[in-house]
Amino acid sequence: MSETTGARPWSPSPLALERAAFRRAQRRRSGLVALVSTALVVTAVVLVVVGAPGWERARTAFFDPENAWAALPAILEGLWLNLRVWVIAGTVGTLLGLALAVLRTSRIPALFPVRALAIGYIDLFRGVPVLLVLYLVGFALPALRLEWLPTSSAFLGALAIVLTYTAYLAEVFRAGIESVHPSQVAAARSLGLSRAQSMRTVVLPQAVRNVTAPLANNLISLQKDSGLISVLGAVDAIRAAQIATTGTYNFTPYVVAGLLFFLVSFPLTRAVDAYQRRRGWGRSLATVTGGGDIR
Amino acid sequence: MTALLSLRGVRKTYPAPAAARGRAGEEARVVLDDIDLDVDRHRCVVLIGASGSGKSTLLRVVNLLDEIDDGQILLDGQDVADPRLDANAVRARMGMVFQAYNLFPHMRVLDNVTLALRLVHRRPREEADAAAVEMLRRVGLAHKATAYPDQLSGGEQQRAAIARALVHGPELLLLDEVTSALDPELVGEVLDLLAELRGEGRTMLVATHEMGFARRVADEVCYLHDGQVHERGTPEQVLGDPQRERTRTFLSRLAS
Repeated sequence: MSETTGARPWSPSPLALERAAFRRAQRRRSGLVALVSTALVVTAVVLVVVGAPGWERARTAFFDPENAWAALPAILEGLWLNLRVWVIAGTVGTLLGLALAVLRTSRIPALFPVRALAIGYIDLFRGVPVLLVLYLVGFALPALRLEWLPTSSAFLGALAIVLTYTAYLAEVFRAGIESVHPSQVAAARSLGLSRAQSMRTVVLPQAVRNVTAPLANNLISLQKDSGLISVLGAVDAIRAAQIATTGTYNFTPYVVAGLLFFLVSFPLTRAVDAYQRRRGWGRSLATVTGGGDIR
Repeated sequence: MTALLSLRGVRKTYPAPAAARGRAGEEARVVLDDIDLDVDRHRCVVLIGASGSGKSTLLRVVNLLDEIDDGQILLDGQDVADPRLDANAVRARMGMVFQAYNLFPHMRVLDNVTLALRLVHRRPREEADAAAVEMLRRVGLAHKATAYPDQLSGGEQQRAAIARALVHGPELLLLDEVTSALDPELVGEVLDLLAELRGEGRTMLVATHEMGFARRVADEVCYLHDGQVHERGTPEQVLGDPQRERTRTFLSRLAS
């Protein structure tokens, strides 16, 4: 151990140089093939779309800049409602989903009825279409004439979305809790931690981390599904676009709304992807041997 | 004086897999069969035996991580197998080290070590940190306190796990094949640490495959076979001059 172990000086051998040259040539060839094939595909798509007999009419009906500009303020205002519904429903759904998932693992006898209800609730709402829940909540609840219940379509829409997504998110968290190895619980309990303490400090942090991707995917799809509240008459981005199209028979506002939804969710999906690529718990992130570049 | 830990007629079975239930000859598997065992204070008892002989299960039932079917587990004369007892409080009096370290990957090494002090023993953060740093220094890991477990070598992780099991001053230390998952060149540093702990007079119950280590630290060696203590005695007796055929076969297989 006493001798220095610095790397010896190295200059590439002729063999290494020859291989490097071969790899460069291969990369050039791959690049060229990719370029040509891309050009072919793009040309084909353009020819089919632009050459279509209805192209001129379709272009003015769906991609009319003037119409888009005119509809933009109303759609943006509607999108603001979508974003509020998204943030509130996402927060409430995440917290309730987490609570339900933890509740399912608890063994407190007094909580048995709550546990049974939770399981029934999750099974039911995972199996019923969101649209149906929206109609039932939106039209059946106000019929009960409960004085304390707000009857705005935005509130009822958000409520329906929370009901559905809480069930989805509870399942995500349950998968996360089950993904934590039992030996982690054994280690925590062997130190004298109670069931609840080991759940809170050892299981949940790892569980949440393990399901970041499905969790984020659910929240992104919640952002899009927030547009469904328009079926109850709430003036969100989709409803605002619909209103803008009436009378003009120009559908550009829908394209605008779609573009805006995309602009909100795209950075999120990319951020989740980037987060997923990071591995390990330490700040320096231990390197993981990947399989991506195997020849 | 009573032994710190006494097992009296301990029996433990695992149920047969659901698929095999009801079929002839596929009843519950007996893992611990009428075990009697004493560990006196400041003594080290080493359990040896083939995989599946019941060593790990024995440590787990002593740590109350598994329930026994029959018998008594007396800790300082008190039967801790009694379901009326607060198992968390009993477990907090012991320290257990696992074969696969089982460190908490989302916590820094320091937080791994302080967790029980803060949550179970209700020590304030600064006091717990100080005690943990001192314990990490003891196992030679003071410089790794702020690292995460996945940034440590296997030997370092196991030493951190030992620090975690020791920091609250347990009366009894349970070690479950703590070197089995380590690369051969890392086994030494962990065994040296354990020998040091033995020298301090800690009470230890150890399951191991390392016969050299057993010879070095054990006051008593128990050879487990099919859930029974098949032979017991000083390391010289059991390892050097085994009286029973099975013990001899087991030891000769290890030597080859």
